[in-house]
Amino acid sequence: MHGTEPKQSSAGRGLEKSPTGIDGLDELTGGGLPAGRPTLICGAAGCGKTLFAVTFLHNGATRFDEPGVFMTFEERPDDVVKNVSSLDYDLSRLIAEKKLIIDHVRIERTEIQETGEYDLEGLFIRLGYAIDTIGAKRVVLDTIEALFGGLTNQAILRAELRRLFEWLKDRGVTAIITGERGDGQLTRHGLEEYVSDCVILLDNRVHDHIMTRRLRVVKYRGSSHGTNEYPFLIDDQGINVMPVTSAGLAHEASQERVSTGIPDLDRMLGGKGFFRGSSILVSGMAGSGKSSVLAQFADAICRGGERCIYFALEESPAQIVRNMRSIGLDLQKWVDKKLLRFMAHRPTLFGLETHLASMHREIESFKPAAVVVDPISSLLSAGAGGDVHAMILRLIDFLKSKGVTAMFTSLTHGDIEQAMTDVQVSSLMDAWLLLYNKESNGEHNRQLYLLKSRGMAHSNQVREFAMTDQGIRLRDIYVGPEGVMTGSARLAQEAKEREQASVRQQDIERRAREFARRRRQIEAQVEELQAQLAEEQKEIDQLAGEAVGEHKRAEDRASMARSRKVAEEREGGYGAAASSLATAKPTRKRSP
Amino acid sequence: MITAQAETQGYNLRLYVAGQTPKSIAAIANLKKLCEQHLAGRYSIDIVDLMQNPGLAQHDQIVAIPTLIRKLPEPIKRIIGDLSNTERVLVGLDIEEAGA
Repeated sequence: MHGTEPKQSSAGRGLEKSPTGIDGLDELTGGGLPAGRPTLICGAAGCGKTLFAVTFLHNGATRFDEPGVFMTFEERPDDVVKNVSSLDYDLSRLIAEKKLIIDHVRIERTEIQETGEYDLEGLFIRLGYAIDTIGAKRVVLDTIEALFGGLTNQAILRAELRRLFEWLKDRGVTAIITGERGDGQLTRHGLEEYVSDCVILLDNRVHDHIMTRRLRVVKYRGSSHGTNEYPFLIDDQGINVMPVTSAGLAHEASQERVSTGIPDLDRMLGGKGFFRGSSILVSGMAGSGKSSVLAQFADAICRGGERCIYFALEESPAQIVRNMRSIGLDLQKWVDKKLLRFMAHRPTLFGLETHLASMHREIESFKPAAVVVDPISSLLSAGAGGDVHAMILRLIDFLKSKGVTAMFTSLTHGDIEQAMTDVQVSSLMDAWLLLYNKESNGEHNRQLYLLKSRGMAHSNQVREFAMTDQGIRLRDIYVGPEGVMTGSARLAQEAKEREQASVRQQDIERRAREFARRRRQIEAQVEELQAQLAEEQKEIDQLAGEAVGEHKRAEDRASMARSRKVAEEREGGYGAAASSLATAKPTRKRSP
Repeated sequence: MITAQAETQGYNLRLYVAGQTPKSIAAIANLKKLCEQHLAGRYSIDIVDLMQNPGLAQHDQIVAIPTLIRKLPEPIKRIIGDLSNTERVLVGLDIEEAGA
């Protein structure tokens, strides 16, 4: 077990493990199968037991320097080699290089006559010989239950199987024993009774005409392991199990921001876009522009020199490329530069898990900075309700652990309120853009609303969403005394407002002119009145002047009279009376 | 008719054993006795000890020990066990019980 020694330290619990090299399974089991012990893999026909076993040997021989023996009880060696050649497993070469031995054990009940006591020492010797020939560390027995069909003495058989598994342990080989699923028990002949270290159950279930493969580690003595059912995938690259490696919600949270590719939308998000590694849901009704938002985002990622995968579940890549040209996006350019990869599958082609497993695989191999899924709601049709939630959670966890920014579209039905609750996955998303069409004035206008965006300041305003040949533009919608308006109504309203404004302006000018004129008029009047006033003043002054003159004359007369009286007194008293009468005369004349 | 066939085609038998286990020893003894009784003069026995030659097990599809293989006459017949049940061995080898 030299090859697995480093694994032991990483497992940390002293139980040595033998890596299978199967994506996901080693993570699930904390390093692989128990080294030097037998593992039972059971499942119904066609669920991939043999492929698991062959993969274990193939990876052992090619990657971990552990030669293996494949003892087949059912298929002929040629068939085994042929069956896996489509997976790029070149078993013939491994056999030639003495890294693999395939031994076909053929037992025909009709050819065999049993008389008396026997044991299976022949099998032990064959196996032992094969192990010694190439120094095998791994052994597969596929499917040892065939012995039950070939031999009648069950008591001997069971005793010998027990001995075989003990013997395998003594030899220190890591063994996989496959077994057919039986009624009410894991295997038809109760092999789990003998193999107590590790049992893995494979299953394929058909739900709504879609088959999904699942794997469960039923038992793993002396080691912690994932206990759930995990979907797995068999494709041209072998087996891929998809464990929830990041179920602990321990992924890093990046502070870095990623532009959405729509400057106006970035502005709504504090001018910088979404967080790197966040998951963004774009939901909306049919034709509300979801795909365009997605394409714009993918374009921005590629423009920044990063890679992006476009999972198209409804449209073909060629169609997407063509359609996006209409909003001024040339996606083909990025495809040619190998920055953008399209993955187009019909949702119903395979089960939800298989979809997600294939997404995993693509993401692992392409290592994109961002992925877009259009639309994720069509996956709902590929799985049953609760599954979808769990699987999307799994995908999002996976993406977050990889720091991949993801944008999903979701098709919703009905009105806005309904759209808000329609999507089961919304709570998993970090940000949610809601697109909808609003009908008014005989036209539908697109509107965009940033329903949530965790951890950042964002605009709470509804924007009008316009697709131009320069890409997507967002406009402030008209909110005024007349209500919310978009589209031509907004344009009309804006025109109306402009008109009203100019009318008001004219009015103001007119009033100003009026006022100026009035002012001039009043000023003229004021001037006139003042002139009048001055005139009267002048008159009064004149009159006052006259009065003074009279007084003077009176005085003069009085003095004259006095002087005359003096003269009269000197001459007689009559002259004095006449003079006093003359003095009173002017006063009486002035009073009326 | 049987004797004619047996005479023209001698019995070529091979017994696979693994070491000197009680079962192996019993099988060898039982086989020799049976052949002497029923196939005197027209058989050959070849005993293979897989402990000595483990590589031979694969060729003849040996799983159980002891295994007796009738190589000739065709078709190949195989009998497993210590051959203690003579009747069944004779059936397995297609030999008419001469003594009966």
